[in-house]
Amino acid sequence: MPDQRTAPTLPKAPTGIEGFDDLTFGGLPAGRPSLICGAAGCGKTLFATTFLVNGATRFGEPGVFMSFEERAEDLAANVASLGFDLDGLVAAGKLAIDHVRVERSEIEETGEYDLEGLFIRLGFAVDSIGAKRVVLDTIETLFAGFTDPALLRAELRRLFGWIKDRGLTAIITGERGEGQLTRQGLEEYVSDCVILLDNRVDDQITTRRLRVVKYRGSAHGTNEYPFLIDHAGISVLPVTSAELDYVGPTGLISTGIAGLDAMLAPGGFYRGSSILVSGASGTGKSMLAASMVEAACRRGERSLIFAFEESGPQIIRNAASIGLDLEAQVKSGLLRFEAARPSLYGLETHLARMHRDLDQFRPDLIVIDPISALRGPASELQGALLRMIDLIKTRGITAIFTTLRSDGSLISDDDLGVSSLMDAWIKLQNMEANGERTRTLYVIKARGMSHSNQIREFLMSSGGIRLIDAYIGTAGVLTGTARVVQEARERAEAQQRLYENERRLRDVVRRRAALDRQLAEIRASLDAAEDEEARLRADDESRVAADEVERRELIARRRAAE
Amino acid sequence: MSEATSEDPAPETDPDRDPGHYHLRLYVAGQTAKSLAAMANLKRFCEEHLAGRYDIEVIDLMKNPQLAAGDQILAIPTLVRRLPSPLKRIIGDLSNTEKVLVGLDIRQRADEP
Repeated sequence: MPDQRTAPTLPKAPTGIEGFDDLTFGGLPAGRPSLICGAAGCGKTLFATTFLVNGATRFGEPGVFMSFEERAEDLAANVASLGFDLDGLVAAGKLAIDHVRVERSEIEETGEYDLEGLFIRLGFAVDSIGAKRVVLDTIETLFAGFTDPALLRAELRRLFGWIKDRGLTAIITGERGEGQLTRQGLEEYVSDCVILLDNRVDDQITTRRLRVVKYRGSAHGTNEYPFLIDHAGISVLPVTSAELDYVGPTGLISTGIAGLDAMLAPGGFYRGSSILVSGASGTGKSMLAASMVEAACRRGERSLIFAFEESGPQIIRNAASIGLDLEAQVKSGLLRFEAARPSLYGLETHLARMHRDLDQFRPDLIVIDPISALRGPASELQGALLRMIDLIKTRGITAIFTTLRSDGSLISDDDLGVSSLMDAWIKLQNMEANGERTRTLYVIKARGMSHSNQIREFLMSSGGIRLIDAYIGTAGVLTGTARVVQEARERAEAQQRLYENERRLRDVVRRRAALDRQLAEIRASLDAAEDEEARLRADDESRVAADEVERRELIARRRAAE
Repeated sequence: MSEATSEDPAPETDPDRDPGHYHLRLYVAGQTAKSLAAMANLKRFCEEHLAGRYDIEVIDLMKNPQLAAGDQILAIPTLVRRLPSPLKRIIGDLSNTEKVLVGLDIRQRADEP
C-alpha cells in the first residue's frame, strides 16, 4: 500500500486506544466498517468495547453494541474492572446494547427468508440514540444459526453496504480461521480496514500483538505491534520508532556521590544519557542506582525504578541501610517502583508496560535493575533493548541500566553487547587480595566528557556511598587493607628518609664548622707571621738609620781631623 | 392486511384456557413477497390443522422496530410459537409445510389420536 501520509483526505474516527490512533494516523476509517479478527481470547471484544466507550465518553459519538455472544450483563461485568460503566452509558443514552441470541435448535427453516430483522434491530438501536459507532461482535455466529451460507454472505454484504450508507463507523469482529483471517472469510466483505490481533505463546510466555493488515486509502504502520490488556485497558505500542531525532540532552545531573561526580570532568552525567552499571552480584549496583535516584528525588525530579529481581519495599529497606530514605520519596510521589518477575511477561510485553508507565508517570530518571534479567532469544533481546533505549531517549529520560555481566554483554556465550548502546559505563568490580574483598569502581566510558580513568575504592556505609582513591604506585594497584598497609609503609619510609637527610645535614654542618675552625687557626698563624715580619723590618730600618748616623759622625770626625 | 389481531394481546393472557391452544406471532417487514407468502401459508395450514384453537398476531417490524429485540428476531419472516411452550421459532416463508408442522409440533399431535 503506498504511503499517503500527506493526503489526509480519509476521515478517521479515533478509537482512543493508546498507540493505535498513532499507528493508524488517526484511528479507524470513519463511516466505514473495519474488521478486527483474531483467535479466541485475544481481545477483540475488549478492543471493540473500548472503541465504543471512548466514542461515547470522549468523542461525543454514541454507539451501539450488537453482541452475538455475550449477554449485556456479562459484557458490562467484564469491562467494569477497567472503569467502564456500560450501564451508566446506556442509562445516559450514549450506548445501546443489543444481545442477539442465535440458537440453532430453536430455529426451523421453512423456506425463503432474509435477515431484515437484524437490519431493523440495528437501525432501531442506532436511531434511538443517534449512534455514530457500531460494533458487531461476532457476526460470524450467524453462520452457526442459519444453514444457508450463500444467503448469509449476501446479507452480510448488504449489511456492510448499509453501514457505509448510514455513515456508521463500525467494528466487525471475526474469529481467526484456518488459512484465512476469519472463519467465514469476512475480510472479503470488509475491505477498508482489517486489523489482526494475535496472542502468541513462546517459551510459555504470551505476547499480544496487533497488526494492521490493510487500511485502504491510508498510511499505517505495517509491523506487528505488541499491545497490553491490563487494569488500564488496551494500549498498543508503536515502539519501533525509526527516528533518531533525540532532543539533545542538556544540563548535567549529579550522581549524588561526590567522589563519582569528581571523576567526571563536568561534575556529573549529561541529562538524558543512558548509563550502564555492570558488576557481579554484591558489587553495589542497586545501591549506586538508588543513590542516583535519591539525588534526583532531592532535586524534585521524578524517578521510576523497574525492578526485576527485588520488590520495592526490599529496595527501600536496603537503601535505608546506606542512609538513603527512599520511602519518603515514594510517599511524596516522586518515586515509583514497578516490580515484576522477568519471566512473567515476554519481552514485548515488558517493553509495552514500560512504554505505558513512562508515558503515565513521566519520570526524569529511570532505573532498570537488572537488564540482564530479561530473557529471550538473542536477536529479540537486542531488538527489544534497542527499542527500549529509543523509548527512553526520545523522552529525554536519564536511564540507569544495571547488568550482572561484567563485560557488558547480555548472554555469556555471545558477544552481543549493550555497552555500545550506552552513553556511559560504570564498572563495579570486586577485587580479592590478601584474604579480603574490596569493592572498586571504574568509569569505563562517558560519552562527550573527559573522565578519570583510575580505579576508585567503593565504600558503602550507613553514611552513604563514598569513593576513595586507590593506591596506585610502584607496587601496583592496591586497595583495602593492602592499600592501608602500603600507605603506612610509605609513610614510614618517608620518615626514614627525612631522618637520614637531617643526619647528613648535621654532618655537613659539622664539617664546615671544622673547616672554619682550621681556617681561623691558619689566619692566626698568618697574622703572627706578619707581625714578626713587620718587627724584623722595623729592626732593619733602625739599624740602617743608625749606621747612617754613625757614618756621618765618622765623616765629620774625619774632616775635623784633617 | 391480516393485522386484525396484532393490537389485541388478550388471547395470550389466559394460557390455561386450552392446553392445545396455539398462540402464534408472525414477524414481517413490510409487504414483501416473502411476507405475503408466509401469511398466506400460515393461514392455510392453521385452518387445516388447528382450526378453532389458534390465534395469529402479525407484527410489522417496519412499523414497530422496537419489538424485534424482544423475540430475538433476525430473519424475516419469523413465526414464533408463543404457546404452547416451549417457545419455537420458524423462519422463512413457510412454504415447506412439512417442516412448519414439525416445527410447530402439529404433525405429532395430528397423528396421536
